[in-house]
Amino acid sequence: MKLIFEKSVPGRRAGRRVPTDAKASARIKPELLRDRPAALPELSELDVVRHFTELSRRNYGVDSGFYPLGSCTMKYNPKAAERLARLPGFAGLHPLLPQLPGGEMMVQGALAVLHEMDRLLREICGMAAFTMQPLAGAHGELTGAMIIAAYHRDKGHRKTTLLIPDSAHGTNPASAAIAGYEVRSIPSDADGEIDFGQLAEALNDEVAGLMLTCPNTLGLFNPRIREIADKVHKVDGLMYYDGANLNALLGRCRPGDIGFDIVHLNLHKTFATPHGGGGPGAGPVGVVKKLVPYLPISLVRERPDGSFYLDYDLPKSIGYIAPFYGNFAVILRAYAYVLMLGRDGLRRVSENAVLNANYILARLKPYYGLPVARLCMHECVLSASRQAKNGVRAIDVAKAVIDRGFHPPTVYFPLTVPEAIMIEPTETESKETLDEFISAMIEIADLAEQDPDAIKNCPKTTPVGRLDEVAAARKPDLASL
Amino acid sequence: MPFIANTDEQRRQMLAAIGLSSLDELFHDIRPELRCKDLNLPEGLGEQEVHDRIAALADHNSTGLISFLGGGVYDHFIPAAVDAIVSRSEFTTSYTPYQPEISQGNLQAIFEFQSAVCRLTEMEVANASLYDGGTALYEAMMMALRVTHRNRVIVDDSVSPIYRTMIRSYTSNLGIELIETLSAKGLPDRDALREKLNGHTAAVIVQNPTFFGCIDDASDIGELAHACGALLVTSVYPISLGLLKTPGAMGADIATGEGQSLGLPLSFGGPYLGFMATRKALVHKMPGRIAGRAFDSQGRQGFVLTLQAREQHIRREKATSNICTNEALCALTALVYLSLLGKHGLRELAQTCADKAYYAQQRLRKVPGVTVRFPDRWFFNEFVLDLPLPADKVIRKLIQRGVAAGFPLVRYWPEMDHSLLIAVTEKRTKKEIDLLAHLLETIL
Amino acid sequence: MSKIPEGLLYSKDHEWIRVEGGVGTVGITDHAQHALGDVTFVDLPKAGTEVSQGEEACAVESCKAAASVFAPASGRIVEVNASLADDPGRINADCYGEGWIYRLELSDPGELSRLQTPEQYRQMLASEK
Repeated sequence: MKLIFEKSVPGRRAGRRVPTDAKASARIKPELLRDRPAALPELSELDVVRHFTELSRRNYGVDSGFYPLGSCTMKYNPKAAERLARLPGFAGLHPLLPQLPGGEMMVQGALAVLHEMDRLLREICGMAAFTMQPLAGAHGELTGAMIIAAYHRDKGHRKTTLLIPDSAHGTNPASAAIAGYEVRSIPSDADGEIDFGQLAEALNDEVAGLMLTCPNTLGLFNPRIREIADKVHKVDGLMYYDGANLNALLGRCRPGDIGFDIVHLNLHKTFATPHGGGGPGAGPVGVVKKLVPYLPISLVRERPDGSFYLDYDLPKSIGYIAPFYGNFAVILRAYAYVLMLGRDGLRRVSENAVLNANYILARLKPYYGLPVARLCMHECVLSASRQAKNGVRAIDVAKAVIDRGFHPPTVYFPLTVPEAIMIEPTETESKETLDEFISAMIEIADLAEQDPDAIKNCPKTTPVGRLDEVAAARKPDLASL
Repeated sequence: MPFIANTDEQRRQMLAAIGLSSLDELFHDIRPELRCKDLNLPEGLGEQEVHDRIAALADHNSTGLISFLGGGVYDHFIPAAVDAIVSRSEFTTSYTPYQPEISQGNLQAIFEFQSAVCRLTEMEVANASLYDGGTALYEAMMMALRVTHRNRVIVDDSVSPIYRTMIRSYTSNLGIELIETLSAKGLPDRDALREKLNGHTAAVIVQNPTFFGCIDDASDIGELAHACGALLVTSVYPISLGLLKTPGAMGADIATGEGQSLGLPLSFGGPYLGFMATRKALVHKMPGRIAGRAFDSQGRQGFVLTLQAREQHIRREKATSNICTNEALCALTALVYLSLLGKHGLRELAQTCADKAYYAQQRLRKVPGVTVRFPDRWFFNEFVLDLPLPADKVIRKLIQRGVAAGFPLVRYWPEMDHSLLIAVTEKRTKKEIDLLAHLLETIL
Repeated sequence: MSKIPEGLLYSKDHEWIRVEGGVGTVGITDHAQHALGDVTFVDLPKAGTEVSQGEEACAVESCKAAASVFAPASGRIVEVNASLADDPGRINADCYGEGWIYRLELSDPGELSRLQTPEQYRQMLASEK
């Protein structure tokens, strides 16, 4: 398929020029101007619409079909939330308005959304207060690491290290390092959990905290979580909760109740806002009472008369981590979702998510490697280790799944499981869909025995086959100029 | 139950297949004392109720004000085709293109977005997006530290104070020497820069147009920086690049900016779009996702995420950045917007904004007592006026009369308490500008 | 089976070093290149850089992994294999020959005693399995 630039026809226009009614001509000094116009394509509106429509047909979304990407929570995105986010009363609001004298009263509806969402998330997570500012999960992790650092600095502690399990998502150690911490990786035990003994050994006065995903990236809930929290708190470390897997616990168990001090959420995962092909997301961070002073500036507060205002007077705050109040339109969608689900609906989420994942696990474990023989939570991890004897690897299984009309599960994560296949169905999938997927996976396992080459040649039904990623990285061609 | 398809009967069948008899058994690893009581949350509402509730909140916001607010975020007109395209569910409900064969739509769009950013900025390579202009500038700074192995950065105070505050917050405890130079009449003061530049400087950071709206040619700053082995890092307003000299032409090593003006609604602060472009030689130190061209065994062209070893999922604590989810849909939006405007449309739009701003400045400086703060500077679509009364007072009165006149610079520069930053886009009419002038004449 | 040539010394981080007249040529072992997969990029160090034994000298990347290349001994980097910029695959094809990465003027040859002989390296690999 041609690039949009290759479809350009000199002289072609999409729209008319907007006439300027203010008869003035800004003649900026030529030395300050560009030599020639930007080489953007010249196309008609139909050209543009067709181009992107064709691109969309070379894509696959949750609305297209089953999308069991482990750790990403690809649940259905309610269309009601989309419509609300587009309301002009929100879409047309300039973020600097409340910073004008008298401007706060112009944005009371928007401030109400932020305020309400803070309250709802506090209850859902068992936290004392939330910041809505972080613009993605990783951004929330960085914010959390900065809050940890601010707390310890304020207390006069010399803490240099954050502990992170080796099964953690790469954003955890990356965020810790960016916040200035050394990272110490704690190995997993044979049961897939963080090794309790090694963790205990690693805990000393230099440890600022422990970052955990719970359930962990193998979809397992650590029964010793309270003990772990107690041990970390004993060295005055803080417990950080990576909320990527909150879908397993919604309405059932709250991070704040099981010993966590800081939480980040992924609204584009647990709270059903669209993934967008890689964003925008939002990563609100919640903290327990002792960490509230360190939250980023600003926070939305309510006056006795019920009006809302932005509080900039936070002397111990870590400062500004985003330009304004967060990815507002994403937060708004999540707010609509929480209102639609309500108390009961949130519980049903975790129940059905965990049921769906265990159903897949139970049906597929006779055919694939099983790293840990336990009930899983909202996602299960299998392994293509059993197929290895025929030279079939997890990547091959994934490509074969594509040919059968589904998006593949996550492969090669967590790093602690060789040939990992991580399946997260989410609660919005029906049994029929799961059964179809299970049949496909069983068929692939059979084919791996009978005709491994058939699998290694997948996918065959897509616009392109497997692409030479090595060549692409060796001689990068990153832009059409 | 909304969004959950399975019936009780289906759940029973599934439990049987697992070998359990109740849903509660699924949670056996969560001991009873760890479970929460019933959450103190409202009951779920139907779609109609939720719509009414939230629509009422939308009505509680004043979007009817005639706005001259800018400061890095601008009220531009968004053609209908943008939303029609970008709201397609194959784009909105997909995720990171980990499996390239079924994600060629997203991957080609990323490649085209990268290309569009390069063509706009006249730089060589760009990434798939960062969160916003401020975090993009911070990431550019960190990249400069990595590239030069140095520890000292100069930021001019004509760079957005919002971005400077963010940079300070991120780096205040990392042992990085952050020096802010005072600008002179709306532009970076070359003498101040010369004084601070040395062999330990990793980067000089400037913005074009500056936060005060003044247009600069930073080529000479680039030369000063390069002479010391430092990088030139710029933050740029993309619509202005319809007319203005580009970061590439100025010799910038890293160009960043806020892409909100490229088809994204104001949306009370987000989601927005950070972009970053750099020289090819520095690409391995650039953060963010990157899409590259690739071929399959039959020679068919496609696109893949590439140079991933820079990123967190591989490099972990040594990664160029922790970024994972970025602003992909916003980048697509910008690409669509730029494709619709096209080569000539962008130039004309920029000219229209400049013309209207010029008209506004001419008209407003005629208001008795009002002066242009940087009269000798060229400006694009934003400029500073000095008022005879404190700007705060004037703004409050104007808001009451339905006009958001501009941004009071006193929020960041205490001595500028009479100064107002005014932005004009193609959406502001002569009538609206004349109204502002008339109201000012009445109030002042 | 991993190739482990004689005449070289090996580090526990899978680097090899060939010492001739006070200058050591450094690369990564067959085991390492195999674990990495097709090498896509080498972040070559700068000539003139001083490194200490065990310090990271540079990095090697593949599509799905990245590995640090440490200095098997202390010294000053005097030469780098510039051909790796255009052809990083040399590390896979000929990791002990054309795939060499940098040359080091040793500041303390005594440090070499801390490295492993081919046989010791072979045993280390066997025990890691």
